[in-house]
Amino acid sequence: MNFPILTAIMLAPVVGLLLILLIPEREELTIKITAAVATFVSLVLAILAYVLFDHGRGGLQFLQDITWVPAFGINYSVGVDGMSMPMVLLTAIVIFTGVFASWDMTKRVKEFFIFLLMLVTGVFGVFISRDLFFFYLFFEVAVIPMYLLIGIWGSTRKEYAAMKLTLYLLVGSAFALIGIIATFLYGAQQLGHATFDIQTLATVKYDLGFQKFVFFLMLIGFGVLVPIWPLHLWSPDGHVAAPTAVSMLHAGVLMKLGAYGLIRVGVFLFPEGAKYWAPLIAVLCIVNVVYGAMIAMVQKDLKFVIGYSSVSHMGYVLLGIAALNTLSLNGAVAQMFAHGIMTALFFALVGNVYHKAHTREIARFGGLAHQMPRVAAGFLIGGLASLGLPGLNNFVAEFLIFMGSFTREQSLLGGLLSYRILSIMAISGIVITATYVLRVVKNTFFGPRKTEWDHLEDAHGVEMVPIVVLVATLILFGLLPSLQIDMINSGIAPLVAKIEAAKAIGGIF
Amino acid sequence: MANLYLLTVEILTAALGLGLLALGLLVPKSDRRGIGYVAAAGLAGLMVAAFSMRDASGVVLGGYVIDPFGTYFKILFLAAALLTAVCSFDYVEKMGFNQGEYYALLVLATLGMMVLASSGELISLYLGLELMTITFCILAAYHLNDAKSAEAGIKYVLLGAMSSAILLYGLSLVYGASGSTVIKQIGQTVAASGASPALLLGTIFLLAGFAFKVTAVPFHMWSPDVYEGAPTPVTGFLSVASKAAGFAALVRVFFGALPDLHNFWVQLFIALAVLTMVLGNLVAIPQTNIKRLLAYSSISQAGYLLLGVVSFSVLGIGAIMYYAMLYVFGNMGAFMAATAFYNTEGSDEIKDYAGLARRSPLVAAVMLFSLLSLAGIPPMAGFVGKFYLFMSIISRGYIWLAILGILMSMVSVYYYLLVAKAMYLGNPPEGSRPVRVAPGLQVAMVVSLLVLFILGIYPTPLTDYAMNSAMSFFMP
Repeated sequence: MNFPILTAIMLAPVVGLLLILLIPEREELTIKITAAVATFVSLVLAILAYVLFDHGRGGLQFLQDITWVPAFGINYSVGVDGMSMPMVLLTAIVIFTGVFASWDMTKRVKEFFIFLLMLVTGVFGVFISRDLFFFYLFFEVAVIPMYLLIGIWGSTRKEYAAMKLTLYLLVGSAFALIGIIATFLYGAQQLGHATFDIQTLATVKYDLGFQKFVFFLMLIGFGVLVPIWPLHLWSPDGHVAAPTAVSMLHAGVLMKLGAYGLIRVGVFLFPEGAKYWAPLIAVLCIVNVVYGAMIAMVQKDLKFVIGYSSVSHMGYVLLGIAALNTLSLNGAVAQMFAHGIMTALFFALVGNVYHKAHTREIARFGGLAHQMPRVAAGFLIGGLASLGLPGLNNFVAEFLIFMGSFTREQSLLGGLLSYRILSIMAISGIVITATYVLRVVKNTFFGPRKTEWDHLEDAHGVEMVPIVVLVATLILFGLLPSLQIDMINSGIAPLVAKIEAAKAIGGIF
Repeated sequence: MANLYLLTVEILTAALGLGLLALGLLVPKSDRRGIGYVAAAGLAGLMVAAFSMRDASGVVLGGYVIDPFGTYFKILFLAAALLTAVCSFDYVEKMGFNQGEYYALLVLATLGMMVLASSGELISLYLGLELMTITFCILAAYHLNDAKSAEAGIKYVLLGAMSSAILLYGLSLVYGASGSTVIKQIGQTVAASGASPALLLGTIFLLAGFAFKVTAVPFHMWSPDVYEGAPTPVTGFLSVASKAAGFAALVRVFFGALPDLHNFWVQLFIALAVLTMVLGNLVAIPQTNIKRLLAYSSISQAGYLLLGVVSFSVLGIGAIMYYAMLYVFGNMGAFMAATAFYNTEGSDEIKDYAGLARRSPLVAAVMLFSLLSLAGIPPMAGFVGKFYLFMSIISRGYIWLAILGILMSMVSVYYYLLVAKAMYLGNPPEGSRPVRVAPGLQVAMVVSLLVLFILGIYPTPLTDYAMNSAMSFFMP
């Protein structure tokens, strides 16, 4: 196949962006339609690539290489494997629905969609890059549009949140950058030629000290984005302040960039470093899960609940990474996808309610299901997915993660702690999740009708697009997990082979 | 007979400068705007001439070296001068005073930088330096009725003279220790006889002298006041071109004459780089005036460039050259936007930039993306430049220095974003007009913005050019 489908997925938003630049500002509907068409093209191509991906063959597919800076071995090389393909699809779905979730936007519409498309270009770029230089470049491209998007169109303490988020992400990426340059130089020395190609760099034998050091840099760098406790402070503020589409993209996709980078660059290049630091990740992720869920329980603002639930759910992804076996890593990637869709759904719905009611305070709501039955139904499905109900995508992912980490036999802290105990603690997070999700659903949507909200209209027209698409995705992959897991497994297999081939070394504790 | 063909660019530049001076006297006052156009056209022509001579190399009169390294910097100076000239059309007309002289001084300053970048001999190096410094003294004080501008001029005269004296003292010590003023011969003598105390002392003085010119901390004190007071286009020119010229001469002297002492001077440069990056960035944070902010940011940029010197490698020199070129477009972009704003509003305060994105999307976009390039955020070209610089020092094992540098450049994002915040998040004041920008300046702004984007996304041509020129420097 010669059509550069991945490049096309990434460039469709760029074309849309350039067209929007030319459209006069007052033609708001034209701008929105252009953005919708551009992201629709990405979505169709992403679905096409997903269907055409041959998981029997595995490995990287849809390759494309262009020599970029020969002096430093930088190539524009793209390709997806079983791990990145679901992420590309996730991004395409979230941005497409995100455009519709911002259909009501009336303030500085042109700039909004320009920055939004700029942001998503960077995200697509990260997931399709096989070259570390471009990987980092795209990673950073996403940051500044986000600052402006939150700063201009956000709510609650937007300027503070935007600056906080930007600085956290940039400082984090600074660590990742050092790690990347050090890896490149080490690789160039060992290989005898300069290259940024991830696959080639993975063949280099890095010595243990170097692995430990660089993996730690990557852990901080990508960990900020995940967000790993205690580097998560930017995330709830950021989610809450961001406008709906940005929250969706942000919690739905951007946090996955961190986990994806940790697996793709960290674990894949430095398996021994990963083994060394895994216990630390495992312990921190339990804090993520339990602490995130506890904090979510006491929030008064709908968006804060979702924000902290994201912190909690990303803990499962980290647990999957820390356990470092086939099941758990499959689960981690699946959870990234499932959580992305689910949280995007939540933010779309909360955005919908907020846009009409101008408040997100849970205590003021109640009985909204009378006025907004569709929104209530969507929220309930999202909530059930969140607490891991079988039949929805998240159940599959969480099940795999717990299976994987539970079967890992390694004791930590001299036998005081083991992955088995950690898994049990993580599973308890589900109970807490069930508590806060059901309470929010009950307090917001169920109960007697409140006349004060009678003027609220239910979601209709284009507002239904995000709800329908996202719910359908959750159900589809929940009922037919093989559509997803076979593909992910084809990407995880080489990774696990590499981990098993690596020297068995003890963890940090 | 010296091969004068090699000096084509210098001779033509001198001719242009003197020609403009004469033209200024001949043309009636009402038509003087045309002189600016002549200057811009002449500078553009010179750029073409310099580019066509990019592979020429040879030595003229024993001590004047024409090589790709020097020619690269000449193109850089001419590009900066051209942008400055375009930027000055309206600004100078508003000052309403002797336009011929203004452009002639601009061109002569460029000539001084060229001599500085090309001289392979200490006396002519000093000559170039003085030509540059003295013309800048006049340019900095060009705002006749503005006390701040006069202050800038005086400060630049006094501190410039002092730094020149320090440098001259260093040069004479080096000459005394090695018995030659030709850089290459000094290198041979030092290699043969090793370091003497006088030579080490001379090295320190040289370092201090150059540190003044490139505004490295703790020799930076003159720059914020001068930058604030000088006419905005001049500030832009001063901050990019004179800094680049300082680096060109610094690299030539230290890498050409004193490579055998690098264990000694690299340590000093590390100290300078650390101080410059930390102080420049931290002090920039509380600034409220765009010119002062850019002054401190330009100090910090010198710190990043010093990293290339610290790495003491071809990669480091190539990285300096690459970054210096982008810095021209990044910083001039910001100064052009500031000039455009000043022309309409008469203010340099950041708070007055509120809502600029609504009033003039172009000016705001140019400012934003130029600042992002300075901060090193992709896809702007500054990112690639910083990437090379950090790579050059990590390859020498200075990981801690790279971490510091990258963290500091993240700090810089903070204060650059404060400007972005005013422009994009703020609301324009009641009854504000759109900022009008002259067509020439608009074109220049769009061109420099495009350069930043294109070289950020496809850096290959300039990378190859810079790296090859850097290579030629080591293999004469």
